[in-house]
Amino acid sequence: MSGHAALRRRTAFAVLVLVVLVGTGWYVTAEIRRARAEQAAPTQVEVTEGVLDGPHVLFRGTAPGELYGRVAAVALDDLSGPRQVTPAVCDRVDSDGATTVCLRTHRGVVTTYEAQVLDAAWRTTASWPLPGLPSRTQQSPDGLVATTSFVTGHSYATTGFSTETTVHDADGAEVSGNLEDFTLLVDGKRVAPVDRNVWGVTFADERVFYATVQSQSLDRTWLVRGDLAERTLVTLLDGVECPSLSPDGTRLAFKHDARAPGAATPRWTPAVLDLATMAVTVLDAEERSVDDQITWLDDATLLYGMPRTDEPATTDVWALPADGAADPVVAIPQAWSPSVVRG
Amino acid sequence: MSGLVRAVPGETGSQTGTPSRDRPGDPPGDRPPGRSSAGRRRTGRVSSTVVTLGVVSFLTDVSSEAVAAILPLYVTAALGMSIVAYGVVDGLVQGAGALVRVAGGWAADRTDRPKWVAAVGYGLSALTRVGLLFAAGLPAVAGLVVTDRIGKGIRTAPRDALIAASANPRNLGRSFGVHRALDTAGAALGPLLAFAVLWAVPDGWTTVFVISLGAAVLGVGALVLLVPDLRPRQAAWLRTHRTRESRGLPKCKGCTCDAAGGLQPAGRPFSWAFLRGGATVRLLLVAGVLGLLTVGDGFVYLALQDRDGFATHWFPLLFVGTNVVYMLLAAPVGRLADRVGRGHVLVWGHVLLAGAYACAAAPFPGAATTLAALVLLGTFYAMTDGVLAALTSALVPTSVRATAIGTAQTVTAVARMIASAGFGVLWYASGRVDALWIVAAALVVAVPVCAYLVRGGRLAPDDALTRETSA
Repeated sequence: MSGHAALRRRTAFAVLVLVVLVGTGWYVTAEIRRARAEQAAPTQVEVTEGVLDGPHVLFRGTAPGELYGRVAAVALDDLSGPRQVTPAVCDRVDSDGATTVCLRTHRGVVTTYEAQVLDAAWRTTASWPLPGLPSRTQQSPDGLVATTSFVTGHSYATTGFSTETTVHDADGAEVSGNLEDFTLLVDGKRVAPVDRNVWGVTFADERVFYATVQSQSLDRTWLVRGDLAERTLVTLLDGVECPSLSPDGTRLAFKHDARAPGAATPRWTPAVLDLATMAVTVLDAEERSVDDQITWLDDATLLYGMPRTDEPATTDVWALPADGAADPVVAIPQAWSPSVVRG
Repeated sequence: MSGLVRAVPGETGSQTGTPSRDRPGDPPGDRPPGRSSAGRRRTGRVSSTVVTLGVVSFLTDVSSEAVAAILPLYVTAALGMSIVAYGVVDGLVQGAGALVRVAGGWAADRTDRPKWVAAVGYGLSALTRVGLLFAAGLPAVAGLVVTDRIGKGIRTAPRDALIAASANPRNLGRSFGVHRALDTAGAALGPLLAFAVLWAVPDGWTTVFVISLGAAVLGVGALVLLVPDLRPRQAAWLRTHRTRESRGLPKCKGCTCDAAGGLQPAGRPFSWAFLRGGATVRLLLVAGVLGLLTVGDGFVYLALQDRDGFATHWFPLLFVGTNVVYMLLAAPVGRLADRVGRGHVLVWGHVLLAGAYACAAAPFPGAATTLAALVLLGTFYAMTDGVLAALTSALVPTSVRATAIGTAQTVTAVARMIASAGFGVLWYASGRVDALWIVAAALVVAVPVCAYLVRGGRLAPDDALTRETSA
């Protein structure tokens, strides 16, 4: 009786193993086939040449198919028009026309991340490893490169959420080290919360920059003005993330966490700070949560990426008037990480 | 086929209140002398139920670690959340696990059904894999992650009680070692599998979740279908009440006149009194003190990375290195613990931890100190994790075993969380090198003190609490 029952149970387990193996195996094989086919499929976008010679917006293309992830450009006066596709593959990109910074992921059993500096012919002139998922990159007018990556993720690194933001020279030499090690001054007093994180650098010149410093234990997300020579971060305002300086240098666009009290997840709304008056304009014409470092198309228009709700791998770049007077519209379909090259 | 009959394990079955130090020279007391050599040979083997439980843990760890490894990527890349949002998920995970462990152990002891309590825990985690296939948005994912950790918390103590109940008490340490080796193998394989899938299918999140679900279902299936429904408390009662009379049965089959109390072989009921036992308190104290000096591995890896400057993407390989050492040594070190005393192995293992900190703090950059640190860390885990469970199960009566194991593990886990939080502050206040030396030095002081606390027979079972063995 007992032997019988044991046999029955073993048989049931063998059947279960068979069912699970066949089922999982079938699904995995089908998915691998689908992925191969998708990667090889032609990308349905209109392609052209010569865009890079004039004023343009450079971005990561996110249209599915063989060109997914490739850096492309559209003419500044025809954002939704045909694109010129470059050989570079990047997660985040920032360009001044001659030099392009490209943060990328090398997928593998051990996934690695890298920052690359590319010349006008898309050759790598310098590169350095990044410690985690690429998040933001910005160049200064004269060739400094700020990068932010997430140092988490690995369930192995059990020290919690953390970013690493550094400034390099375009030739790859370290300039700042980790910006977390800069002296943080709050109302003139030095503080050093253990969980401080720095991200989202935007350069004013070769020495001064703006960035975000967050300490979850102090419940603060500061806009700071950084000084590369003095190695200081001076707090200016609470509640500012990912600042981005306007082309005329008078305003900062940023994302502002406008979540309802007690909500577990952030809801970021774009906002603009006037540096002369320190007045903030919240652009609640955008009702969705924006998680990007905003870029200025010109002194009156903001650009930022939004994932499509029905196709998460595909994103669009949206445009929003900097005074919030109109609703956001799609500016560049199937694009991410726009960088405006005014030529 | 009543549970009562099947609940009595075979001759290699459960024992209660066995001293933690066994003397291999002694013939097994309850066996006829003629079978002692066969009996002794049998002590060398690990019960097939322990191996099955190891396979269950292997499959479940493949399942959970495959998901854990890609979750940050999934949350940020596929769901389009920022990593700050991921921090929210991570924080929730930290707290959820530890607290339900005692509850899981308590439920197993109260019902005397550790298998089914464990099955609830494994089943809950498997259900979250189904949920992941449909989850959209961070709150859903966060909820599933927390549920998964609750499942893990529920199942751990009953599972360890099952191991203790099906293992020969003489090779308890080795049995836990074999289980932990299989468990760790799964934890190492899961992430590799997940990254291999993402390599082949770049947006293959669902594929990873499907594989994870498959592994979890097989794990639950192996538990439900292949692991016997042990009733440790009942079995202990039957073992100590061998005559029909002492079991309260009529003197002969068919007699009904002189039945004393009817058939209620439930054994001693659950009682929190085990927490008053001197040896138990001593063990929890030692586990707590040493846990307070055990900072997260992440810090050791960070320190090595800081010093040697290799890129953070090698972190997973450091983790794999530590786990491989742990996996290889868990069973042999468990066997060693069975021979020389589990308390000593547990305590002195922390010297190796101090050694790992010293390797990470020493001013000798290079592969040699990094490898030494990983080997020391892996050996430390082999000497402590399974050994703590073995030590606890041998120390307390069967009726409270799962609760006691859960309590000891919670004490260790909470102490380690406090240690990591405190160490983070120390790291910033005094710098990486000094912080590591401070903890290493504290360990070097604490270990002999703890060794003194567990010297001799100090971790022998409390007589007052284990009277069931002499009844």
